[in-house]
Amino acid sequence: MTQQTITEISIGDLLNKVRAFKYEGWRLVQICCTKLPDVLELQYSFDKDYVFNSLKIVLKDTSTAVPSVSGIYLSAFLYENEIHDLFGINVQGIAVDYKGEFYRTQVKHGFNQEVQPAGEKSNE
Amino acid sequence: MSKRTIVPFGPQHPVLPEPIHLDLVLEDEKVVEAIPSIGFVHRGLEKLVEKRDFIDFTYVAERICGICSFIHGLTYCMAVEELMKIEVPERAQYLRTIWSELSRIHSHLLWLGLTADAFGFENLFMQSWRLREYILDIIEETTGGRVIFGSAKIGGVRRDITPEKLDEILKKIRSYQKEMLEIGSYFLEDSTVKHRLQGIGILSKEDAQALGAVGPMLRASGVSMDIRMMGYAAYGKVGFAPVVETAGDSYARCKVRIRELDQSVDIIEKCVQQMKEGPVEIKVTGFPNGEFFARSEQPRGEVIYYAKANGTKFLQRMRVRTPTFANITPLLSVLKGCQLADVPILVLTIDPCISCAER
Repeated sequence: MTQQTITEISIGDLLNKVRAFKYEGWRLVQICCTKLPDVLELQYSFDKDYVFNSLKIVLKDTSTAVPSVSGIYLSAFLYENEIHDLFGINVQGIAVDYKGEFYRTQVKHGFNQEVQPAGEKSNE
Repeated sequence: MSKRTIVPFGPQHPVLPEPIHLDLVLEDEKVVEAIPSIGFVHRGLEKLVEKRDFIDFTYVAERICGICSFIHGLTYCMAVEELMKIEVPERAQYLRTIWSELSRIHSHLLWLGLTADAFGFENLFMQSWRLREYILDIIEETTGGRVIFGSAKIGGVRRDITPEKLDEILKKIRSYQKEMLEIGSYFLEDSTVKHRLQGIGILSKEDAQALGAVGPMLRASGVSMDIRMMGYAAYGKVGFAPVVETAGDSYARCKVRIRELDQSVDIIEKCVQQMKEGPVEIKVTGFPNGEFFARSEQPRGEVIYYAKANGTKFLQRMRVRTPTFANITPLLSVLKGCQLADVPILVLTIDPCISCAER
């Protein structure tokens, strides 16, 4: 349906790669986080002429500092505050940093917690 | 420098049916900065994907928003279908396109009504919503629901529309097209409406691209970008071009939506003419595996569904990037330098859907 590429990079390469996308005229489409059993994945997605490109970085845990890309793409500040509030990702240098007050959720970093499949009740 | 004042806008405000808050920094009546706050009603629906099987999650996706519920369900299905390499029957693709365009028409009419209400043109508000009711009637007749269609499913659609019903819809919608044009002419030609919209909240082409604007907000700034051009569902077969305006102001955003009403009717007409008899769904077996970003064009702009699966009945991740979320940064840009009295109109011109943003 669509031309789509996902490339895994290291955290150290993130800013340079994102800067290169910006200079080439790509639009920042989204940033998202995925919690897997052992690691967390961050994806930075870009679009140009309907071509979709994603950069993926893998984090061992939330203590790893991730540099903010909001200095390159201002709109990234919303996504970065979101992944901080929902997953507890330690994003450093966000252009507008809400310090954990972006989402007023009852459970802090709720998306970084395990859930039980439907039908299995918790012991609480 | 004038004395600065901070005026809170929202989360409760007459033009806002849903909660969003802006701290407006003013110098006299001029906005010099706007700081947004959302997250008042964040529902965490994405997290539910870990405890609802991937078939059931279609119902959750549809409930992210009451305006473009069908397109949410459709885009979720597209993501899973790509992971499972499912070929959706051609008739189902046309039906998906028809319901998507009906969603666009009723959403744009809703927006026109809300905007007319915001600048005090109550009669125009009532006429827009009167017409919207007719579209909702068609949706109810074909899906059984007015808000949640329940028609999208992985592998196709849940129900067909008979040829007789399609002809009836076409006749009705052609007559509504005339009324939509008439209502549109008041928005585009009335001097009082022009006074409130023209030259207000200009977003340049460069800023629209750099700040990640989507949908009518982007196209009104001269950027020809419409995800429907990628050809998902039956869009690749009906032939159309994105509606683009170049002024970048509130009037241009209004004009894009009005022209899209006309375009949506044309797309539905082409679908009805091209549709052939055939199955509307295929049987789905197995579980999804892999990762994929599905994209579609909602009335407010591009929506993205990211699905990641590991071959079990539960997806590992479902992430939704809604158009309202993408349009917040461009909104902050157009608010800078505007007058306080124009803030409600400018907030409305992105057509904010907080239900989507707070998925």
